Amino acid sequence: MSEPESTAPPWHGHVLLGPQRHQPTLPRVVAMLGLQGRVATITAGWQEREAEDADLQRALEGRGVNLHLHARSEAVYRDDPELFAAHRAKQDRLRDLQALYRLRLGPLIEAVKRLQSQREPAPAGEPRRQVAPELVTAELEHAITTARALDEHHVARVAAIQTAYEDEVRPHERPVVRHHAEALRELLADCPAVAIAGGHVATLLNRIQLFGLGPLLADKALIAWSAGAMVLTRRIVLFHDRVPGKSTEAEVLAPGLDLCPGIVVLPDATYRLELDLRDRMQLLAARFRPELGVTLDDGDAVVRTDTDRWRALLGAPRWLRPAGTCGVLPGSARDDDDDDAPDHAEEDPWRSPSIA
Amino acid sequence: MALAIHRLIRQAPLDRAAVDAFLAEHAPCPIVEGPHVTFLWRGEADAVWLQHWIWGLPGAQALHRIDGTDLWYVIVDLPPGSRVEYKLEIVRDGHGEWIRDPRNPLLAADPFGANSVCHGTGYETPEWTRRDPRARPGHIESHVLDGTPLGDGRRVDVYLPARFRWTRRYPLLVVHDGHDYLRYADLKHVLDNLIDRLEVAPLIALLSHPGERLDEYPNHAGHAAFVADHLLRWAQARYPLHDDPRQRCLMGASFGGVASLSTAWRYPGRFGSLLLQSGSFAFSDIGEHRRGPTFDRVVEFVNAFREEPGRPADKVFVSCGMYESLIYENRSMVPLLQATGMEVRYVEARDGHNWQNWRDRLRDALAWLFPGPLWMVYE
Repeated sequence: MSEPESTAPPWHGHVLLGPQRHQPTLPRVVAMLGLQGRVATITAGWQEREAEDADLQRALEGRGVNLHLHARSEAVYRDDPELFAAHRAKQDRLRDLQALYRLRLGPLIEAVKRLQSQREPAPAGEPRRQVAPELVTAELEHAITTARALDEHHVARVAAIQTAYEDEVRPHERPVVRHHAEALRELLADCPAVAIAGGHVATLLNRIQLFGLGPLLADKALIAWSAGAMVLTRRIVLFHDRVPGKSTEAEVLAPGLDLCPGIVVLPDATYRLELDLRDRMQLLAARFRPELGVTLDDGDAVVRTDTDRWRALLGAPRWLRPAGTCGVLPGSARDDDDDDAPDHAEEDPWRSPSIA
Repeated sequence: MALAIHRLIRQAPLDRAAVDAFLAEHAPCPIVEGPHVTFLWRGEADAVWLQHWIWGLPGAQALHRIDGTDLWYVIVDLPPGSRVEYKLEIVRDGHGEWIRDPRNPLLAADPFGANSVCHGTGYETPEWTRRDPRARPGHIESHVLDGTPLGDGRRVDVYLPARFRWTRRYPLLVVHDGHDYLRYADLKHVLDNLIDRLEVAPLIALLSHPGERLDEYPNHAGHAAFVADHLLRWAQARYPLHDDPRQRCLMGASFGGVASLSTAWRYPGRFGSLLLQSGSFAFSDIGEHRRGPTFDRVVEFVNAFREEPGRPADKVFVSCGMYESLIYENRSMVPLLQATGMEVRYVEARDGHNWQNWRDRLRDALAWLFPGPLWMVYE
C-alpha cells in the first residue's frame, strides 16, 4: 500500500523524549512533526525483548520497521565466533578501563565535595577555621577542571580502544556483518525517520556500532528517548543518585554518536537524581560543560533548533544551571520552578558562566 | 517545652470533657514528641502495663493513672528512627488481658497475631514495601515436592519475576519461611518494586513452607539435604536458572537464619551468598546456655560453627534489630564471618525481632546480593 502524498518537505530534525513507559509522548510528537513515511525503529536496548514492540508499532501507526539489531548481532556472533571472541575481549578491556577510571574519579570527586563544604561556615562545635573564600573558590574550580579532564581522558581512551578494535578486527568487512549491514542500509533507505528506544545503553551503542549505523542515521529525522537519546549525544553519561546501599558519582561510559550535540541527556532525572542538592548538581553541571545537562522526565520532549541548541517541545524539561539549580528550557510550557532563584526568564542556557 | 501529657495534667479543671478533648486532639496514639513517646489507655482497671519487645528496657512498664480521671499513661524515650511493637496489658481482679492499643491503627501482623506499632520520630514505612501500581507484577505458582529427604511432601511457592522468559537464565533466591515472608514482610511487593526499579536483578525465588521448623531448622541433616540438594535439583531442572552457585542465595530470619547458615555450612559452595536476618545464633563460651531446650541444638551448632566455620559462601548479608535479645549474638557473628574470607555486610536497625524489621532491610540486602542493572538501563 502506498503512503499518502505530502506536499510538506520531509522533516529532518532531532527530537529527544522522556521515558515512554508510563506517559508515552511518541504518538503526539509524530503527529506534531507531521512525520511521513516509514520509521525505522531500534529497540536493541531491550535486548532479548527487542521484538516485543507492539506498543511502539501502535504509536507509529503501523509504520515502524524494526531493524532487529539485537537479533542480528546474536546471529553475527553465532556465525562468526572469531569476531565474537574479539568483541568479548574488547568489552573486557573496556570494563577494566571503566573500573580504573572509577578508581581515579572517586578521590577527585571527594576532593570537590570537601572543597564545596569549605565554602559553608563550620557547623557549631566543629573546630574548623574558616578559609578565605577566594582560596576555596580557586581550588574548587581547579578540582572540577581536573575531574573534567579525567572525563575527557576517559572518553578518549574508550574511543581509542574502539578504534583499535575496528582497525584490527575490521568487523565491518566481515562477511556476516556486511550481509546484515547491507540489509540494514536497504531498510533505512526506505525510512526518512528513525526512532530509537531506551533500554540498556551499552548494548544499544554496541549494536549500532557493530553495523556501522552511525553515519546512516546522520541524514535521518531522529526521535529517541532515554538510552536512545543518550547514545546520540557526544558523551554518554551514566548517573543514578539513589543506588541502594552505596554512594555513586556520575561517570562517562563512552563517546556517543555525536548526532545530537550540545547536551548531556538525563532521562528520568527527577527519580534518578538528587536535583535539590545544589552542590551535587553544580558539580554535575560543571563536569559536563560545554554540554548542557538537560533533564528528560515523563512527558518531556526537546527539539534541536537550527542553531544547534535545544528547546522544549513538550512538558517542562530542565537544564542544570552552573550554580546547581534547575531552570526550565526555553519553549517550556512551565515557568521557572525554582522559587529561590532570581528571575531567569531571559536566561540563555548556552550563555551562562562556566562555574558559579 | 512540656509534653502534651504534662500540659494536660496541669490543666484545671481536669474533667471528662478535658480528657475527651485531649484524646481527640492527639489521635492517633501514642503521642510522639521528639524522642519522647507517650502511651495512653483510658478505662477502669486495677493496673495497666505497656508490654513491648524492646530488649534493654524493662519488659513491662506501668502506666500511671492521672488523678481524677480514667486516663493512664507512660512516657518512654525512643531514639530517632525507632520502630517498636507493643501491646497493653489491662489488669482487673488479678487477671491480665493483653490487648492491642485501641487508639492506634498501626498494626504489625505475625504468625501469632498482631501487635500495635509505634513509629518513633524519623521512622517511615519504606515506600518500596507497598504495592506500586506502576510496577510490573511478578507471579507466584505453587508446587508440592514429593519424596523429599524429610519424608513427606513439601509445598514450595515459586516467585517468577515480571516479564519472565523461559529463554533467559535467572539467579535464585531460596527463602526459608517464604509464606511468612509473603504475608508479613510483603515480599512480593518488595520483589516486584525493586526488580521494576532495576535495583535488583530479575530473579526466581523459592518460597519454602516449613514442617516442624523448631526441629528442622537447627542444623538438621534432612532439612539441609532437602534445601541444598533436592529442592535445588528440582528447581534447576524445572526453571531457567544460572548453573552457578554465585547466582544462588539462601535466606531466612530467626531460626530460618540458623537453617540457612547450617545448610550452607553442611554444603559449602552450594550457595554463593546468604542473607541472615536476626539469626538465632545463640552460643555458649563456657557452661550452659540459658535460652531453654529449644535452643539446645542451635547452641550446639553455633558452637561447632564458631570452632570451625569453614567458608560456607562468598557473600553474606547480616541484619539484626538493636532492640532484639539476639543483637549480641549477631554482632558476635560478624567478625567470625569476616575471618572466613567471606564478604560480609552487616546492618543494624532500631527495631525488634519482627517481620517488618526484616522487610525493611530487604532493599539493602537484595540490591547488594543481586544488583540490578539500574546503572546501565535507562528505559
